[in-house]
Amino acid sequence: MSLLEMKDIVKEFPGVRALDGVSFTLEKGEFHSLVGENGAGKSTLMKVLSGVYPAGTYEGDILINSEPRHFRNIRDSENAGVAIIFQELSLVKELTVGENIFLGQEPARLGIINWTELYHRASKLLSDLHLEIDPREQVGNLGIGQQQLVEIAKALSKNASILVLDEPTAALTESEVETLFIILRKLKSRDVGMIYISHKLDEVFEMSDRITVLRDGKTVGTQPASELTKDQVIAQMVGREVGDIFPKSKHELGDVALEVKDLTVYSPDVADKKLVDNISFSVRKGEVLGIAGLMGAGRTELLMAIFGAWQGKYHREIFVEGKPVSITSPLGAIEHKIGFVTEDRKRFGLILPQTILDNMTLAGLRSISGKFLTNRTRETIAANGPMKSLRIKANSPLTITGTLSGGNQQKVVLGKWLLTGPKILFLDEPTRGIDVGAKQEIYTEINKLAEQGMAIVLVSSELPEVLGLSDRVIVLHEGKMTGEFTRADATPERVMHAATGSA
Amino acid sequence: MSDIKTSMFSRSSLRAYIMIVVLALIWIYFHWATNSIFLTPRNLSNLMTQMSVTGVLAVGMLMVIVSGNIDLSVGSVLGFAGGIAAFALNDLGYSLPIAIVLAIVVAVAIGVFQGALTAYLSIPAFIVTLGGLLAWRGGVKWLLGGNTIGLSDETFKAIGQNNIPLNVGWALAAVAILFVLFMAYRSARSVKDYGLGEVNYTGEFLKTIIPVGGIIVFIWVMNAYQGVPIPVLILVVVALIGAFITTSTTFGRYLYAIGGNADAARLSGINNKRNILKVYGILGALTGVAALIFTARVGSAAPDAGVLKELDAIAACVIGGASLMGGRGTVFGACLGALIMASLDNGMSLLNVSDFMQDIIKGSILVAAVGLDMVGKKQS
Repeated sequence: MSLLEMKDIVKEFPGVRALDGVSFTLEKGEFHSLVGENGAGKSTLMKVLSGVYPAGTYEGDILINSEPRHFRNIRDSENAGVAIIFQELSLVKELTVGENIFLGQEPARLGIINWTELYHRASKLLSDLHLEIDPREQVGNLGIGQQQLVEIAKALSKNASILVLDEPTAALTESEVETLFIILRKLKSRDVGMIYISHKLDEVFEMSDRITVLRDGKTVGTQPASELTKDQVIAQMVGREVGDIFPKSKHELGDVALEVKDLTVYSPDVADKKLVDNISFSVRKGEVLGIAGLMGAGRTELLMAIFGAWQGKYHREIFVEGKPVSITSPLGAIEHKIGFVTEDRKRFGLILPQTILDNMTLAGLRSISGKFLTNRTRETIAANGPMKSLRIKANSPLTITGTLSGGNQQKVVLGKWLLTGPKILFLDEPTRGIDVGAKQEIYTEINKLAEQGMAIVLVSSELPEVLGLSDRVIVLHEGKMTGEFTRADATPERVMHAATGSA
Repeated sequence: MSDIKTSMFSRSSLRAYIMIVVLALIWIYFHWATNSIFLTPRNLSNLMTQMSVTGVLAVGMLMVIVSGNIDLSVGSVLGFAGGIAAFALNDLGYSLPIAIVLAIVVAVAIGVFQGALTAYLSIPAFIVTLGGLLAWRGGVKWLLGGNTIGLSDETFKAIGQNNIPLNVGWALAAVAILFVLFMAYRSARSVKDYGLGEVNYTGEFLKTIIPVGGIIVFIWVMNAYQGVPIPVLILVVVALIGAFITTSTTFGRYLYAIGGNADAARLSGINNKRNILKVYGILGALTGVAALIFTARVGSAAPDAGVLKELDAIAACVIGGASLMGGRGTVFGACLGALIMASLDNGMSLLNVSDFMQDIIKGSILVAAVGLDMVGKKQS
């Protein structure tokens, strides 16, 4: 009898089948890793398991100890013994460790909390895990690693028999990872079943009993870790051909447009944690440089720091067309003809309640309108350019941006930066969450811009996209450059090796 | 210029129409309830004068609110700046121009100081200006020694109490009408210059009928009593400048961008901090102007001058469609909001509605206005 069985899970979002008949089992005391590329369906599967997507919104069965379960919400799944530790910590930083552990289930009578009991139970729980953490310490004062361990203690306080860990080591130092693994081994001996999601194959192989690989919402296979090699797992993860949706395009490479030397970026939260570690690279006119890497590899941080927009510590030297320049703010970057199509268009790219026109001319307003006064007519003429060339589907430039589809919104962000007249263009996840048709239009535009001599730096989590568009690919893993490939050498396997740090 | 208006209008047009209708209903009701006293030139002149201080503050407040910030200290700063002017005139014996400049400079300095604390030290605007509300009130009490300073300078009092001569009023109307016509012509020409299609001179001319008619009616009504009151003239000028800044300058656009999505604005090369500093400086300057009108109108500087004025200004912005979350609101709306508030004050006073009832009604209308907006948004 399995501890957990998920059978033929199908989960659909408008236009996308995120999970396509995935089956998954977990035994008592088993450490079962779930691996796959970004967007393969790992997180979706875990959200189905935890009731974030309630019963009825997906097809298939969930059985715990052979008993069918229909979770309506997270509370239901917690009561059934499922605990999830998400990548983003869900602790209240202002509360103490003890308060956090028992949040929502405080030992209380008539609503009056029994603090003695609460802290007594908290310290017992922590000492069971051999954690030397004061339950009266405020969580915000702990390091990220210790916070992660508090999360685990919190999960165990709910008597979890199934523990899901989503990238738990992403923010941890090596010694913290060791502590975590010691605790996880202890839980194993207590018959807790663990589902472990990670991009770090070294860790996966160190800890796992079995490994399941997901790709494009389907199970590629489940095998004992002892019967697998890293190469086999990587082959299963990427195992698809780079399709024809990438128009073949020949880029004429010119002089070096941008050179970055010794770029190091520090975390704004954790002192001295390097998110990008001493990276140097250059990109030529007419070249598309792809930056590959998994979530948290430091790709966005790298672009932000070059652009002068990183809100933490960083240092680097920048040369634009061979001349050293000092860029300390996004405005400085724009003045040096660098454009930055940021990731997460809703958060960083657009002002959704404003019109297409207002969004599109925002970054280039000074050059379009004049330094002090705006000129609506000139703005309209300017905005009409990208509206037409990028084929933005909207009635007029005065359409509210928030009413557009994702693809058209993305085109507005791209248009905004084209209107600054860039010679160097950063693209961070330029096709995330948009439909295939719009993707292809953006690919065509990227090639067109490169042919016109623009230097392009492309960050994407979609491997086929990076490989299909780039003349050269550099690969980051935990902030370090772990590979550099020409277009001919960049096979999915090689890049994935470098991206998982197992080269 | 005309497409600025249309785009600005469409952004909040429905809201603007509703507020105009609400204002009309309020006026009609009061006119009926007061036995035809409300809509007389004399009362309208008083009404406009009464709204001038709140209106000037609301124009500055609107810009601060659009940028996603707030200023709770303007009432106290108004009192303090008014105190400075009176103190400079009476106790220090400075001349009127110096006293005026001093009051405005002090108000700007306070605005810039508070803006700097908000923008560069990231202290929430609510906290900084709540502190300012207390501190500057304390400042004016200290400055005046707890006493009221009466003004003897008749020129100063004229700022708040006099009217401009009737023919000067008509002359200004003529200038304003010529300006409207010129802008319409320019806008029509720019369509031609940029090759955006046929120029429709008749259409552009028809669009000027409402503003031109408005100017004529306004001057005619004001002149039917004693001419345009100087505080009203100042408010009109301030409102026009405010409307120009918010719709026609890069700075204005940046305020909407910062309030709409600060991250996106920052990554688009906008210096959020410096712009926030500037907008607080502008609000400071307008608070100084409002302080001069207020002090001149009352004829004295008192320790409690301007108490609760910050809330009137904020309420005017919100009734006029501004969002306290930032990114939304117009100067036109804020002035309309101030006019609605002043109409309620004036009408209820004419009807001898008791003080406490006036406050209850005004408070309810503020909440209802925003509540209706929220309901409307959910449905759409």
